[in-house]
Amino acid sequence: MIAVLKHELSGYFHSLTAYIFSAFLLAFVGIGALIYNIQSAVANFEYVLGYVCLGFVVIIPILTMRVIAEERKQKTDQLLYSLPLRTSQIVTGKYFALLAVFLVPLCIVAVYPLIFAQFGEVYLLTSYGSLFAFFMMGAAMIAAGIFISSLTENQGFAAGIAIPVILLNYYSVTLAEYVSSTAFGSVAAILVIVLLLGFIIRYLTQNQNLANGISILLMLAVAGIFSVDSSQFEGLLPDMMKKLSLFEKFYTFVNGVFDLTAIIYYITVIIFFLFLSVQSLEKRRYN
Amino acid sequence: MITVEHLTKCYGDFTAVSDLSFEIEEGHVYGFLGPNGAGKSTTMNIMTGCLSPTKGRIRINGHDIFEEPEQAKRMMGYLPEQPPLYMNETPAEYLRFVGEAKGLKGCELQRQIEEVSGQTKIEQVKDRLISALSKGYRQRVGIAQALLGNPKVIILDEPTVGLDPIQIIEIRDMIKQLGENHTVILSSHILSEVQAICEKVLIISQGKLVAFDRPENLEKLLLASNGISFTAEASREEITKVLGGIDRITQWEIEMREDELAMISVKTESEDVKDICRELFFAFADEKKAILEMSSKKANLEDVFIELTEGGVSEE
Repeated sequence: MIAVLKHELSGYFHSLTAYIFSAFLLAFVGIGALIYNIQSAVANFEYVLGYVCLGFVVIIPILTMRVIAEERKQKTDQLLYSLPLRTSQIVTGKYFALLAVFLVPLCIVAVYPLIFAQFGEVYLLTSYGSLFAFFMMGAAMIAAGIFISSLTENQGFAAGIAIPVILLNYYSVTLAEYVSSTAFGSVAAILVIVLLLGFIIRYLTQNQNLANGISILLMLAVAGIFSVDSSQFEGLLPDMMKKLSLFEKFYTFVNGVFDLTAIIYYITVIIFFLFLSVQSLEKRRYN
Repeated sequence: MITVEHLTKCYGDFTAVSDLSFEIEEGHVYGFLGPNGAGKSTTMNIMTGCLSPTKGRIRINGHDIFEEPEQAKRMMGYLPEQPPLYMNETPAEYLRFVGEAKGLKGCELQRQIEEVSGQTKIEQVKDRLISALSKGYRQRVGIAQALLGNPKVIILDEPTVGLDPIQIIEIRDMIKQLGENHTVILSSHILSEVQAICEKVLIISQGKLVAFDRPENLEKLLLASNGISFTAEASREEITKVLGGIDRITQWEIEMREDELAMISVKTESEDVKDICRELFFAFADEKKAILEMSSKKANLEDVFIELTEGGVSEE
């Protein structure tokens, strides 16, 4: 894992990727700080982060699009497979390298509240609490980005999927107001999700029976619960959309609450997508 | 050293490799021969753990490639068909990464990098970007990568494809040298190459193993194809009569040309083709028929290859 980590890091700092990413992030934070802290003379640095997090829609795909897609395109994935490395070591090595690249501009950003504190009273605890949550949210999106990159060998395509996925996540709370909150609407949405899950299982395992089995089992479970107590499903869809939003969880921190469940949620998302990435790489051997 | 048992690989309905079994012993250069699409690369990819088989087992020194992948892969160096190089790195950086991934550290890593750079003669380009290197040098860097960690087996997939003749000779010499200390398996669809460097040849066609022997034994397989072709001034009946009188000729073909000359090719099982030529000459001379041209042909690996692989096609 260390070998992959070192190799990836030297790759990022030899090419423009790390610098472009840092430049974008610092520019966003700089503009935010200018508007909120300097122009409006507000001492809350966390508002800047709340504003900047929309920038993730662009900068995370830039960072993650090539991570596995490029290996496939250059056929260097064959080297990785033939080396005495486990797939999980390859994925975690790549992931930690990306986290390190993400951490570099954040270290610079971490100095800002201290600078502002020289000129007035800054709530350092909420500032750094938000910065930590900002890092965790980015880390969760990077994990999702790695998985998307592992699905294709075209970097542009990987970015093209990652951008709308993050954007959709950003707007999911707003959209939740407009979707149907009836029990029937929720059941329909769940069935669609179950079908999608079935397709993903089939894609990853190449096993039609397994995918069918799991999908049918889940659908029967949903139908069973629905027939017993349909009120369970009322308002479930908008609720789910709100709960799945990575951004909504982050705003809790901006408002000054250190929400441990949110951190656990981010960690769960990270583990989930890294696991899927490993499966996606393993699956390549089986087609 | 390497045991392959009942290896089968299907892509959907298409069977790329079917029930392939063979055993590779230590310390030889093995040639993996077959026409394009015969399943050479697929087999090699499975042997190195890059692909999983649909059925079958592969063991390297007793370690199953899928059950104990780390031990098994440590014993192998692999150069795929397209060298897996990172274009924006220098060979030195690239070899350092591969070495570290193979578990080498510190002085040992440095020593091995220098050693393989020397063996593959890439010292003078080791600080240039790989993207700026010629195809021959890229191939060498790929081989250097496979040599790191001093693996017992080195697997090279079509190592000379796309190189110029001088580079081909250099790479072949390098492979021969590697064969002194390692077991080398190389694939190729070029017969002369396999004949020149390999001590044992596996011929596969349509995913099946059709022959596995030394090149010279494979030639003996096709005894009957020791042939002589000649042009004579005689009619079909006369030729048939003369040829019928020579016991050692097993089969013949006669083709009459428009200018009254006959083109004849005969096959014999006798090793001594020269003697048959002499006999043919005197037999025709006795009948006062002139032989205008005569040439003898010994079976080579190419004939074996064509016969075996085309035989596979007609079976299907």
